Amino acid sequence: MSLLATAGVYRGLAVLFQFLDSFAFLVLATVGLAIIFGMMGVINLAHGEFILVGVYGTALAFHGMPIPFADAALPGLPLPIAMVVGVLITVVFGVIIERTIIRHLYDRLLDSMVATWGLGLVVAQLLLISFGSSLDSISTPMGNVAYGPFTSGVYRSVFLPVVSVLLLGALYLLFTRTEFGVKARATIEDPETARAMGVDTDRMYVMTFALGSGLAGLTGALYAPALGAITPDRGSIFLVEAFVAVVVGGPSVIVGTLSAAGLLGFFNAIVTSQYGTFAGLMAMLLVAIVLLRLLPDGITGYVEKVRQRRRAEQ
Amino acid sequence: MSGGLGAIDRVRNRLEGPNTYGNSGLFWAVFAIAVLALAAYPLSPTTSPFDVLTTTQYFGLAFLALSLSIVWGYTGVLSFGQVAFFGVAAYTFGVIGINFSSATGVTAAFFGAVVVGAAFAALLGYFMFYGGVRDVYVTIITLVVAMVLNTFMAQTAGSEWTIGEAALGGFNGMTNIPDLAFGVGDTAFVFDGVGLYYALLVLLVATYLALRVLVNSQFGMTMVAVREDEDRTATFGYNVPFVKLVSFTIGGALAAAGGVFYASWGNFIDPTVFGILFAALPVVWVSVGGRESLIGAVGATLVIERMRTGLTDGVGPLGPEWAFVIVGGLLMTVILVMPGGIVPLIDRVVADRLGGRLPGLAGSETSESSPKEDTA
Repeated sequence: MSLLATAGVYRGLAVLFQFLDSFAFLVLATVGLAIIFGMMGVINLAHGEFILVGVYGTALAFHGMPIPFADAALPGLPLPIAMVVGVLITVVFGVIIERTIIRHLYDRLLDSMVATWGLGLVVAQLLLISFGSSLDSISTPMGNVAYGPFTSGVYRSVFLPVVSVLLLGALYLLFTRTEFGVKARATIEDPETARAMGVDTDRMYVMTFALGSGLAGLTGALYAPALGAITPDRGSIFLVEAFVAVVVGGPSVIVGTLSAAGLLGFFNAIVTSQYGTFAGLMAMLLVAIVLLRLLPDGITGYVEKVRQRRRAEQ
Repeated sequence: MSGGLGAIDRVRNRLEGPNTYGNSGLFWAVFAIAVLALAAYPLSPTTSPFDVLTTTQYFGLAFLALSLSIVWGYTGVLSFGQVAFFGVAAYTFGVIGINFSSATGVTAAFFGAVVVGAAFAALLGYFMFYGGVRDVYVTIITLVVAMVLNTFMAQTAGSEWTIGEAALGGFNGMTNIPDLAFGVGDTAFVFDGVGLYYALLVLLVATYLALRVLVNSQFGMTMVAVREDEDRTATFGYNVPFVKLVSFTIGGALAAAGGVFYASWGNFIDPTVFGILFAALPVVWVSVGGRESLIGAVGATLVIERMRTGLTDGVGPLGPEWAFVIVGGLLMTVILVMPGGIVPLIDRVVADRLGGRLPGLAGSETSESSPKEDTA
């Protein structure tokens, strides 16, 4: 192989790893938000802060949680167990929020955005007040892979993409093959009828929200060792990308998340590898704006429309 | 004498209607007292120059609040990106004002910045409303536009980001923005300190009254119709995208004016105006005051910003970092407990106290309270 061809392969690999990294980030940031939006019609603008709760829960469990009013801390836990703790804390947090705030906001889309925005402000500030301007970071596991002049982190560019695909698969099975999935979808489709059929819709709402929160917590747990500095303002990074991916993807949760993350990740990777992180982010956001203009109902909304038109023609 | 009375009635007819709260003699009396109190505020011996300075800033921000009230409260388009027009105008004012620092130049910078802000809003509005972008999708696009500007302006630190004399300055922002001035050649009014306070107070009152005329006009009725039921309004033959576009452009111009006042007040602008925290503030003000009421938007801006300033010194054991906890908590409470905001609530209480509804209030009242609760 000529030298030039080898350099081309290396560059291609760099773009691929960049894509996988970006794809995983988009999927994981989006999936919790997408479930709560797609299934419950609530846009949770505190989603970034939910993820942050997962990050903080994991980091605190890993480093050893400080005991309030005592000059002592719990012993630190191994990373995988700390991650489980992070997820559980976020689920509990989510259920409390659903019972106190969110349940008043069903069918009030814009109000849900505004109120959860306020919630996000409060949570981020409380984290700042409780734990200071940053927590000790956790070093990223799994090391790097080197190829030619490039290196990529295995954790972010290989492990997290695999996890994100497995997660989408698991969610697909959950919503299509289990009793919970059927009841949840029935509740979303028509709460009145579902209630008449004996489904406890209130319980379905709590469980769906708990699932969305758990996914946010999982995202936080997975990114706790990949964020570098853990600061209370990191939530907004997750929120903006998630927010954009949800609407670009459209109403269908799993296919929408997958297609939006694929498409946006693609543009992000191409531009990032050519012009740097800043340009990559800008490119992704601009592509999202143009896509929203062309497909106001998102990718899956468009696919659905085409499918219906075809059916009508037959 | 009857002629004079007729003139007052004619003015009140234009200012009052179903789309505004406060259509009574009582309201105008309270309004006049409030304006006089604000006018007397800098003269009071207990008012420090710092108080005057901070209150001036609140007046500038109130324009941003009014812009969101028009766009969201009256036309039903929730824009999370009003700060985009605010910030773009502030930067434009800085670039033109620094390069042409004569009174004429600064006057041109003011109008140039408002035109640029409004044109930017019109362009974005055309792109969205004529493309069929609706509801939360508008909210998301406007938020993303602000985020893009935030990211973009933060990286303009290098010397290649200098326009004439004006350096955009990246994270550190643009400094040496001139004071607001109006004039041609040698005759010029420069507004800073107490002068700026009075200039903005007068402009704010004038803008408030003009917007009252707007929302009670034929066009204002159409804006409210679009908010209440877009599809039905279109069925009646109204051009819904056009109505939204015009309202969005007016909102952009108002936000732009606010941005100019903000930049000339502090002689400084930086990318945090496009940031997520700053973007949230207009939504907070307008939600708390009552988004369907212009006076609520202005009042809530003044009160909440005053409170935030107070909190930066801390209150008792609470440090300044509690300011956003309290602001966020206030926002949640208002949305959950009184979704219409505070002004409609006050309006209802006053009306009940005076025995029966005041004339002209019934129209705005019915859209607020749910009929189920009324009959219960």
